[in-house]
Parts: sequence; structure tokens; C-alpha cells
Amino acid sequence: MSTLVTRVRQRQIGQLIDAGKRLDGRGLGDYREIKVEQGIIERAEGSARVLLGKTEVLVGTKIETGEPFPDTPNEGVQTVNAELVPLASAAFEPGPPDENSIELARIVDRGIRESKAIDTAKLCIEAGKKVFVVFVDVYVLNHDGNLIDASALAAVAALLNTKMPNYEIKDGEVILKAGYTPLPMKSRPITVTLGKIGDKLIVDPWLEEEQIIDARLSIAINDDGNICAIQKGGSGYFTPKQIVEATKIAREKAVELRKKLEW
Amino acid sequence: MSEKPEKLIDKKGLRLDGRKIDELRPVKIEVGVLSNADGSAYIEHGKNKILAAVFGPREMHPKHLSLPDRMVLRCRYHMAPFSVQERKSPAPSRREVELSKVIREALEPAVFVEYYPRSGIDIFVEVLQADGGTRCASITAAALAIADAGIPMRDLVVACAAGKIDDKVVLDLMDTEDKVGVADVPVAFMPNLNAVTLLQMDGILTPDEFESAVNLAIEGCKKIYALQKEALKTKYMNTKEEVEE
Amino acid sequence: MPTFFEKKQLVTPGELLAEGDYIAGENTYKEGNKIYASRIGLVDCDNKNVNIVALRAFYVPKIGDIVIGTVVEVGFNGWTVDIESPYTALLRASDVLSRPFKPQNDELSQVLNAGDLIVAKIASYDRAHDPQLTVGEPGLGKITRGQIMKVTPTKIPRVIGRKGSMISMIKQETGCQIILGLNGVILVTGKNLEDEELALLAIRKIEEESHTSGLTDRITQLLKEEKSKREEKKNE
Repeated sequence: MSTLVTRVRQRQIGQLIDAGKRLDGRGLGDYREIKVEQGIIERAEGSARVLLGKTEVLVGTKIETGEPFPDTPNEGVQTVNAELVPLASAAFEPGPPDENSIELARIVDRGIRESKAIDTAKLCIEAGKKVFVVFVDVYVLNHDGNLIDASALAAVAALLNTKMPNYEIKDGEVILKAGYTPLPMKSRPITVTLGKIGDKLIVDPWLEEEQIIDARLSIAINDDGNICAIQKGGSGYFTPKQIVEATKIAREKAVELRKKLEW
Repeated sequence: MSEKPEKLIDKKGLRLDGRKIDELRPVKIEVGVLSNADGSAYIEHGKNKILAAVFGPREMHPKHLSLPDRMVLRCRYHMAPFSVQERKSPAPSRREVELSKVIREALEPAVFVEYYPRSGIDIFVEVLQADGGTRCASITAAALAIADAGIPMRDLVVACAAGKIDDKVVLDLMDTEDKVGVADVPVAFMPNLNAVTLLQMDGILTPDEFESAVNLAIEGCKKIYALQKEALKTKYMNTKEEVEE
Repeated sequence: MPTFFEKKQLVTPGELLAEGDYIAGENTYKEGNKIYASRIGLVDCDNKNVNIVALRAFYVPKIGDIVIGTVVEVGFNGWTVDIESPYTALLRASDVLSRPFKPQNDELSQVLNAGDLIVAKIASYDRAHDPQLTVGEPGLGKITRGQIMKVTPTKIPRVIGRKGSMISMIKQETGCQIILGLNGVILVTGKNLEDEELALLAIRKIEEESHTSGLTDRITQLLKEEKSKREEKKNE
């Protein structure tokens, strides 16, 4: 893997963080510069591009009709997929999704689903038979670390930008009409990822930091400041105290990131 | 699917299966249950029935997957087609791929991977029957299988979930509580090192509720740890009794 | 500076064993000033040194160890040998032929073939390289007869006994030659099958009761009883 960080560099990053500093001049609790652009793919029902430092993620949404799940006959369906596109990193290879892209998709999915961001009750066409299905496709275009936060932010930005076709029902068939209405949204979940190095927590680890952190914790926060999804990753651990501290930081950072979204 | 129960906790404060809010389901563990594996364990946690087996440390195949400075852990979490109400396709689902990863990452902090560079161990988890909380019970069993294989460990890893049903934070959600409840927080824990090695959550919790759920889950872990240790010792107990005679 | 165990107590990985000025010995590790167990086993403290006799472990090669292995692959200029360890061992053709190896003349499978057993010594091994074997010493090489049994490698010292007392007693009582591979593989060669079985019976008994006291006496007694039983059968 050409993305390997040399030991000298690892030590440098580690020592800086120990002293409360980071290689790129950020504080331990700072995000890199964030840019959000919404509505950049015209063919998609909704789209957004997020730049998190050099990390770049594009999300497009499509809406189709389909069958509801048997246990939620009155609700539309949400599905999230993530592609680690080979052009984004020398470490990504073409082929079926690996565990990293599956985990990424499921973390993004959980944040949206558990915060009930999409008003799925309004996506029902005919109970038990036909509903709208919202496809969220996460496309990682450049990998410079913290794909989770960039993807989650881009997904919500794309959903906020998504337009549903107007329709009427004739003889049980869906007939599309002219014009669009915005996708009904109830919440804007924000996912904040923290890395742990020794007894320090850092926000938004970038690629080289990702390779020396013991573990990461991704926390999704809804509009009320409540926690709606969590995922620990990596082969290290957190102490119970660090977990509580991490949720506090995540709640503060979520407020900051949510301001980047236009709704 | 059967009808959703309206209330999960009754007026007396008891749950659908009669448990108190901070009560675990019955847990039964046995170590060394498979003769071909280097280490193995079987757990019944409520109605969950799960087998875990460990092979290795051994040479990695294919060889290019091995690492020059550490042992590689591989983990496959898999559900038997008959383990759930509606037949599950035996092909690995996206959920199983994710769980395989988080289970591996929950066990890895406990293993001295740096001792045996260029080698690998395989952890196979088969869920024979699922009843909510399979990832936790899988971790509890897999940690024992690793110890039973004689692989050096910093600590055992034990896992248990807490969550919120109706308006209360409760311990160890079973299937219906998991599906109908408000939130689920699975936690894996190294009891002697006070370290959380798996933490996930879905649902909605206030920061205070979340903190008490994590603490409750850790209390549950500590109770299961006592059973876990006992199960491991039982397999090797014959030796001990003879020493004491 | 307390310790938290009784002599020969059964402990599991992660259990706190001692705190303070102690040394982490076998199958334990130190974090800060605390010593924890890293394997299931019986703990003991010898002059500040906390050790665990592991009840379950696997063989890790050490230079100079005598091991018994199975040839699993005949390669271009040597053999791959399974030595019941995380690492497979290599035996070079030049080591066996004791002259330069000529690929055009030498057919390696005629010297040693897959499935053959060998007694060998670990010639080299480190973290970055698989172990290399040598058979260039008396008593090493291909095994042509006898019987093999496998035990957990940590039990080999019990089979040897204090200053070799156990193993020499078994050799004497059964008239068998016994080679103990430190990788837990044992070769027993006797005049006949019966003698070999007797020796195997004794070793199996040691494996089961390896950590009991007065074991040598009990094994001696067992062998004597078995021998007289067999004598009686013959006389009948």
C-alpha cells in the first residue's frame, strides 16, 4: 500500500498530538476546512459534494417506486450504498464492496435512519404495495481520511437537496406529473468522528493520523442534540470516561457542522 | 410478524419475559466443545445459541495477506439459515460483513498480535439460533475460544447490550425489545483493563440516557465475565483439583 | 507490594497477579507496575519472578531445539516441514545431501517425500524468517519405524521429569527408545509393538495428570502393574 506512513512521521504525529498540536496546525478539536456544494448532478434527484480538507465525497440520490418492507407497510424505503472508487486512493481496488465500504454505507445509513431524517410515512403510495424508494449512493472521490464524516454530511446535504416527482394515482398506476416537491425531511443528523491516541482524543483524523490512532468513535447527533447512532472502529479501545467525553465533543461539533447545510 | 406489543414494561416494572430492568437473561457457557478447532466455545445467552471456533496461529493463506510485524486476525460471523424466523440466505449479508468486522475489532485489542508476526488466526462464529444481542454473545464466546487455543491475551473480552424500551434504560435486550424498543447499545469490555472494545448504538438517546446505558451494559459485562472465567476454568479444572489433593 | 494468588492457582488471561516490584515471567505481562496473566495456567512466584505454567500453548521455534516434523511438500531445492507451529520449517537439500545440490541429477522426492517424518534440529529462526532445520547430526534424520504421539508442548518438561528422571525410568521399564520433540511430538521405538504401547500409555498418563505430585512414583507403579498383567496373559 503506497499510503503507508513511515515510522519517523508516525512518531512526529504522535508527539505533536501528545503536546496538544497537530501536523497541519489544527487544534485537537478542530475540523479541517469544510465545503458543501448542493445540487451539482442534474440527472440525480438530489446531489451534494463535500470537501473535508482534501477528502472529497460525492453523493447522488435517486427515487424509484418499489415495495415496502412487510413490517413497515406504510413507509417508504431508504437504502444507502457506498463505493470506494479506485481513483480515490491507491489502496482502493475495483471489485465488489469490501468490509470497509459496507461498514461506511451502514454507518451513513444508520445515522439517517435512526434520526428519522426522511419522513418515510409521506413516501407511501399504496399501503403494503407501493412506496417510494430513496437510493443514496455515496461516491468517495478522494481519500484523505475521515470518510465517515464527509460521507454522512454529503448524504444529508444531498437528501436536503432531493426533489420528488409530483404524481397522481390512476387505476393503481403511478402517473408522473409536471413539477417537483422537496423530499420530506424531519431532521439533519450530523456524524462526528473522533480518533484516540493514548489518552488524547482528536476530531476529524486525516489519512496519516488514521494510521496511528488506536481506535475511532463515530457519533451521530440529531437536531435536538441527542445521540442517534454510534460506531467504534479500529483495533484499540476507549475507556468509559473517554466515551462520555467524546459524546460531549461530538454534540458541540455537530452544531458547527450543521451550519454548513442549506435547508 | 406477530403484533407489536404496546408496552414492553408492565406496571410492576417487569419486562415481557418477566425480567427486571437490570436483569440479564440466563447465560450458559462451555469451553472446548469442538475437537478439530484449536480453541472453541459454546454460549447460550437467552435463546441465542452460538458456537465459536479458533484455528491458529498458523501460516496465512494466501500468503501475501500476512503482515511482517504482527499476527493477522480474521473473523467470520455467520448466521445459520434456520437461526431466525424467516429462512436467512446462507450467503453473507451486508450486516454479517459489518458484524464480522466489528467483532474482530472488539477482540483484537485483547490479543498480543505482535508476538507472532507473519502468522494468522481465524475466528469462526456460527449463530445457530438468534434472539437479539447475537454480536455480544458471539464476542463472549469467541474470546474464550481464543484463550482455549492458548493464544496469549491481555484480558478476556466480554460483551453485553443495554438499551431503552418504553421510557426506561434496561439491560440485555432480547429480540422483541431490540426490534420494538427505542435504542440498543451493545458494548464489549475488557474487565481487568477497564477498556471498551466495541461500542455501537442505534435509536435515540439523550446524553444522560446514553451514559447510563453504557454503565449498565458494563455492569452486565462484569456479571457475564464471572461466568466466562468459570467456564474456562472448568475445562482445565481437573488439573487444578489434582494439584490441591 | 501484594500478590493476588495462591501457589499453583488456576488463572485466566487478564487476571491481576501482582502489583509492585515483580518481574513478569512466562505467560504473564506487565502494564505499569501491575502483572497480569496472559494464558490459562497455574501461577507461581519464584523470587519476585511471576510465572505461569500454561495449560494450553503451541510451539514457537527456538534455535537448537530438537523437533519432530512431517514433510508436507517437496520443493525445488528442499522440503517444507510441518513442525506443529505457527511457522512451517524448511529443510534445504544441501543439508541432507551433505554435498552441493545438483538440480539436474538429484531427485529430492527419493530422499524425502511428502508424508515422511523426520527428527531435526532448529538451525535458524527469527521474527522475519521461517525456521530452517538441520539433520546433519547423529540421531537426526528420517524416521523409519516406531510410533508417534502428540501432546501440548508445555507438557514435554513433565515427560522429561526432574533431571530426566521420568523419561529415563520409562525407557528403562519399557526398553524403548524415546525421542521428545520440543514441539510436542514424541517418537517411541521399541523391540515390539507391545513395548511401544506400554511407553505410550505411560506418556498419556503423564499428559493427563501432568501437574500432580508424586507422579514419577505413580507412573513407575503403573508400568510395573501393566507389565505383570501382560505377563499373566501370556502365561494363560
